[in-house]
Amino acid sequence: MAHDGHNAPLSDTALRVKALESLLVEKGLVDPQALDAIVDTYETKVGPHNGARVVARAWIDPEYKRRLLQDATAAIAELGYSGVQGEDMVVVENTPEVHNMVVCTLCSCYPWPTLGLPPNWYKSAPYRSRAVIDPRGVLREFGVSLPEDAEVRVWDSNAELRYLVLPMRPEGTEGMGEDQLAALVTRDSMIGTGLAKAPSKRAA
Amino acid sequence: MNGMHDLGGAHGMGPIAPEPNEPVFHAEWERRMFGLFIASFAGGHFNVDEFRHAIERMDPAHYLESPYYEHWLHSAETLLVEKGVLGREELEDRKARLAKEGS
Repeated sequence: MAHDGHNAPLSDTALRVKALESLLVEKGLVDPQALDAIVDTYETKVGPHNGARVVARAWIDPEYKRRLLQDATAAIAELGYSGVQGEDMVVVENTPEVHNMVVCTLCSCYPWPTLGLPPNWYKSAPYRSRAVIDPRGVLREFGVSLPEDAEVRVWDSNAELRYLVLPMRPEGTEGMGEDQLAALVTRDSMIGTGLAKAPSKRAA
Repeated sequence: MNGMHDLGGAHGMGPIAPEPNEPVFHAEWERRMFGLFIASFAGGHFNVDEFRHAIERMDPAHYLESPYYEHWLHSAETLLVEKGVLGREELEDRKARLAKEGS
């Protein structure tokens, strides 16, 4: 952020973006207010809290879970999440036997309506290169160790198909409501580089 | 298809190093670039396959070194110039003017 202070000179990259925006606005090809609205949507409204609602619903409603695993796009849309980069969704379920993990080796494909925009590490060379050749090593780096006999499945996203992991429901969450459960669902647990959080003992 | 972008299985790229509490954007220019992409995409100036292909045509060494949203910038500039929406010189001139105004 150092280059973006009001008094610091702009970096070459920042100047290029400014030049591009200035010309597109001048030619009437981009509406700056529409641009502000787009940025605001993805910065403040769309994010992993959406995906967490999907997961929590699947944990408490077996019929919803069945629909989710059968036709994820439609089941996710039931909760109001749809649109760009989520047109064709597949949900993969973690079990004690199978752990799923999602990557985009070629670029940065990610389910925007349910998870928002991807973190930098997801788009970085280290994750993209290693997720498919050393998934257990990657999981260890994220602090996740799986039983030796658990199978790891890695799903390589593409422009047409986006994956969301349905993490296992943590133990000790019996009787918890949808809101409380959603609070346990982390972004990484839906990418497959993490697990859902255990409930705190004092949770109301 | 096996350009630098085709990273699956490559060795030696180092640790992943996730950033705790990472913000959605790391700088104001990333924020504007994201919005510009969506807006020009919605304007029908290019499709998503063209967009990614223009990223894959980047210089491979620079591709690995540069921040993610610079890939988007490179792609948007490349496609808008190739399609005659903007001129390369026009972009350079505007950048020079903005640099002067900002100093």
